[in-house]
Amino acid sequence: MRNIVAFPLLVLAVILQSSIISQIKLLSGYADLPLILLAAWALQERVKSAWHWALAACVMVGFLSRLPWLVFVIGYMTVVFLAQLLQKRIWQAPLLAMFSVTFAGTIFMQLLSFVVLRILGTPFSLGDVLGLITLPSLLLNMLFAIPVYAIMRDLARWVYPSEVYE
Amino acid sequence: MNSRSLQTTITFLVMGGIVVLALGGFFGSASRQFDSVLVGVQTWFSSRFLGLQDFITAPRDIVSLRSRNAELEAQVSQLQAQVIDLQQRVNETEILAALVDFSRSNPENAYKAAAVIGRDPSPFLHYIIINRGSNDDIRRGMPVVTNQGLVGRIDAVIADASRVQLITDPASSVNVYMQHAATDAVLIGSVTGDVSLDLISQDAVVEPGDLILTSGLGGGYPPDLILGQVVNVRTLEFELFQQATVQPAVDFARLEIVLVITNFHPVDIAPLQPQTP
Repeated sequence: MRNIVAFPLLVLAVILQSSIISQIKLLSGYADLPLILLAAWALQERVKSAWHWALAACVMVGFLSRLPWLVFVIGYMTVVFLAQLLQKRIWQAPLLAMFSVTFAGTIFMQLLSFVVLRILGTPFSLGDVLGLITLPSLLLNMLFAIPVYAIMRDLARWVYPSEVYE
Repeated sequence: MNSRSLQTTITFLVMGGIVVLALGGFFGSASRQFDSVLVGVQTWFSSRFLGLQDFITAPRDIVSLRSRNAELEAQVSQLQAQVIDLQQRVNETEILAALVDFSRSNPENAYKAAAVIGRDPSPFLHYIIINRGSNDDIRRGMPVVTNQGLVGRIDAVIADASRVQLITDPASSVNVYMQHAATDAVLIGSVTGDVSLDLISQDAVVEPGDLILTSGLGGGYPPDLILGQVVNVRTLEFELFQQATVQPAVDFARLEIVLVITNFHPVDIAPLQPQTP
């Protein structure tokens, strides 16, 4: 039942992303808060609802953005998949896993956006995108990863107390 | 009166007279030194007394001072909040006044003001979200402006909000003309948010500072909306067209309130364009 917290939290993350995070620019890139939040949530050991969270995030961000929904569906689901894959392998170093998922997820999401927009006819130069959007966004995502991971770890302990195993 | 008491009386009178004369300044520098010694002694006693008084009455004063300090701090923070609120209102009023001036100077258009409440979550796209939607008769394709110039056009609408494609978006293209060069061109956005002119005829003489306005061609935007100024021109003889970089008239990083032109309905000319086999 406590999983309902996903909705207000994701709504808040999307609102923050649209109103504040998108204004904190490094060159032309900015952080992707829903992506970091999903990665941090999926990396928590007891969490079983990461896929549901990813789906909810896709609906919310896709509703707001001009990017096709498919980009968010594939991108966020891949982030959750990567997180769960790494969580089972490097569970002893959660921050390392968080950084790895954030790094790989950001690169994948950015490349996917680039490819889809190019297919749709938007003229982009790969060099510009890499230098002005992808790398700055990657750096900002890595910076946001630590505090978001800490918050989501505490939230996971509240949603899944140690006595309850789902 | 015996001789001893008379001697004492005379001594007191003489000493008193000296003191009175000294205080009256009749002894010159000696008098001033005397005064300064007296004043110094009095100051020493006074300061020690005040210190002692403070020490004795301090506990009561600290309590009252602390409560007074807390009251004043609360008052200061309240006033600071009021100052911030008022500054924000002044800024909004200034923006709205400029927009009202703009709408009065362009009475042929009907405007609806809207606040910018967000931006596209993807850094690849340059879109803003405004707080007016179909409930306010906003429709897809309506141009969005500020008093400085063209901002973009409505891309999607829901009941109480709309998404606006900025002219800086990489997928945006606006048909324009240059006021002095009397030639048409296309203004295109980029991933960095810079805008540039393309498809300028090689015969056209374009110079930095030329004003760029919408031409109205294509039916997407009304004519004669200001877009910016030419910064520099790139002319290569082996290319079909010239290109130019443009300084936009609107500061897209600080968009707060915009105007939607509600009486302009874009024309879809797609059916009129020749089909490629």
